[in-house]
Amino acid sequence: MSIFINKDTRLVVQGITGRDGSFHTKQMMEYGTQVVAGVTPGKGGQKFEGKVPVFNTVADAVTNAGADTAVIYVPPVGAAGAVMEAADAGIKLIVCITEGVPVMEMTRVMPYVSARGARLIGPNCPGLISPGQSKVGIIPGNICTAGRVGLVSRSGTLTYEVVNHLTKRGIGQSSCVGIGGDPIIGTNFIDCLSAFERDPDTDAVVMIGEIGGTDEQNAAQFVKEKMSKPVVGFIAGQTAPKGRRMGHAGAIISGSSGTAEEKMAAFADAGIAVMKRPIDVVELITAAVA
Amino acid sequence: MNLHEYQARELLKAAGVPMFDGGVAGTPEEAEAIARKLGGTTVIKAQVHSGGRGKAGGVKLAKSPGEAREHAAAILGMTIKGLVVQKVLVVPAADIATEAYVGLIMDRASQGPVFMVSSAGGVDIEEVAARTPEKITRLAVDPVYGLLPHQAMGLAFALYQDYAQVKTAARIMQQLYRVFTANGCSLAEINPLVTTPTGEVLALDAKVSIDDNELDRRPDLAALRDDSAEAPSEVAAREAGLTFIKLDGNVGCVVNGAGLAMATMDLVKYYGGEPANFLDIGGSSNPDKVVNALRIITADPAVKAILFNIFGGITRTDDVANGIKTALEKFPVNVPIVVRLTGTNEAEAVKILQGIGMTALSDMDQAVEKVVGLVKEAA
Repeated sequence: MSIFINKDTRLVVQGITGRDGSFHTKQMMEYGTQVVAGVTPGKGGQKFEGKVPVFNTVADAVTNAGADTAVIYVPPVGAAGAVMEAADAGIKLIVCITEGVPVMEMTRVMPYVSARGARLIGPNCPGLISPGQSKVGIIPGNICTAGRVGLVSRSGTLTYEVVNHLTKRGIGQSSCVGIGGDPIIGTNFIDCLSAFERDPDTDAVVMIGEIGGTDEQNAAQFVKEKMSKPVVGFIAGQTAPKGRRMGHAGAIISGSSGTAEEKMAAFADAGIAVMKRPIDVVELITAAVA
Repeated sequence: MNLHEYQARELLKAAGVPMFDGGVAGTPEEAEAIARKLGGTTVIKAQVHSGGRGKAGGVKLAKSPGEAREHAAAILGMTIKGLVVQKVLVVPAADIATEAYVGLIMDRASQGPVFMVSSAGGVDIEEVAARTPEKITRLAVDPVYGLLPHQAMGLAFALYQDYAQVKTAARIMQQLYRVFTANGCSLAEINPLVTTPTGEVLALDAKVSIDDNELDRRPDLAALRDDSAEAPSEVAAREAGLTFIKLDGNVGCVVNGAGLAMATMDLVKYYGGEPANFLDIGGSSNPDKVVNALRIITADPAVKAILFNIFGGITRTDDVANGIKTALEKFPVNVPIVVRLTGTNEAEAVKILQGIGMTALSDMDQAVEKVVGLVKEAA
């Protein structure tokens, strides 16, 4: 099994004819994801790559192609609207790759999505992959391999670095989820940890956090109280200065809160094995599942 | 993006928040003219994005217009925490009865704006929060409905007993909330909100930060950016589409992705080095970005060696290699470069680098150890 997506996932791509959307749709199709529809307003009736029907609205894609999951590659100005359109059309899993969505818009998107019973992953995230089954987003498929370790991360390329170490040592993954680097995101660490805890095909979890906010500390508390499976953790930004936004909008130490030290201490207190370097994941995961 | 105090005051004033008149001056003469118009004793305040202005001598009391000119002359051009003061704010010295704190932040946990008010104002609110959290009243606002009238009254009653003052303060809460939502703020703060001996309620000092993600769709807000208030290298980087933050070390870092960039800095430290910067070239693979990145990093005389750490996904590693090649043709790079790259089009990238006599490593730890070793040799 896996979490959130699997071989039965039926994907609609919002912004399928755009530069990023078309590139990554081809990659997802090559990986084996069931891309059942695309949406670009005004281009309804076309076929993407001669195969995937393009619709004007997400509602059309749901009605005519049976899409149940959406991935969003539209520019920042339209991203919040795209998320709400997907939720309105009855999509239950919405993955927003777009970086640069105004946080103020996200404050109105979140209650809208929740009220419609949908899950949002992102924005500003690389998406997710259940190796060998489906990938939704931009995580390179070739660095992953199917297996029993779950991974959840606020980062993109740092996730690839860690996954690559696992794959090179033959340690496969059940699902890898990039939850995004923004201050307000749809799915947090705890959502993913509890899904991995319930997933019979996940034995251990890798959690990759970074400076800013208290999501990692809350996740540590959850691990301590609710999780039976071992968790290994990493925090990026030990050398980051206070008060500066480190690339990700959410990666900022405010005053004295949100530091790497504080988060690593919370991990250690919760019995989470803390990686000092990305490569340490191999040793710690091997020990955890032994 | 942080606004200057005078810019924040203008936003609040436009929303109707009561405050003293004041003016912003770029020369001592302008400061004198504003002080004369205001009459009485004035305060001359340096406009820089830095705390501790008072301690650094950037805030002075002037009893006459002449004194205002003298103080402005001393403060303008002054360097506070590496930033040169270009403007001063001239405001009347207030006769203050009480000081309170009113702040509005975008809160991650409740996923919306949160008010924090305290009758202990005029001081560092973080200190109040840490030492006497019971003195702070918090209220999460439902972003769909906005600040409801009874909520604004509740916040105001936490600050004042006098009903006239409560009503004024409640109106100020609503005005601050409108400023916050209308401008995509991550922070909007009045510190202090004062009462005068005659019972008026006024905002004395304001602080506003805008979510950077708003700036693309809000040219009016983007125009408030003051390039002179930032390190020149960071301005150059932003114009080149790079995210760059200067640090104090000597190992220059060029990385794709913010998380990996932070992890790279951390690894440099782990192996005994000190990172000179945070630099994220982003996801797109444009060789020009690499050229600009190298130009910005080599302009820092503290840099003794440069590390590239590229994990190719969307970023094509051959584009990065081409960028390095182009940069070396365009301008001299007098410090050693260590390149780690893996992922998309790695074989082509290695070939390009070999063509210019460079080798590429595929392992991050190996590359970091190597660059730290080179810096130690150079020392």
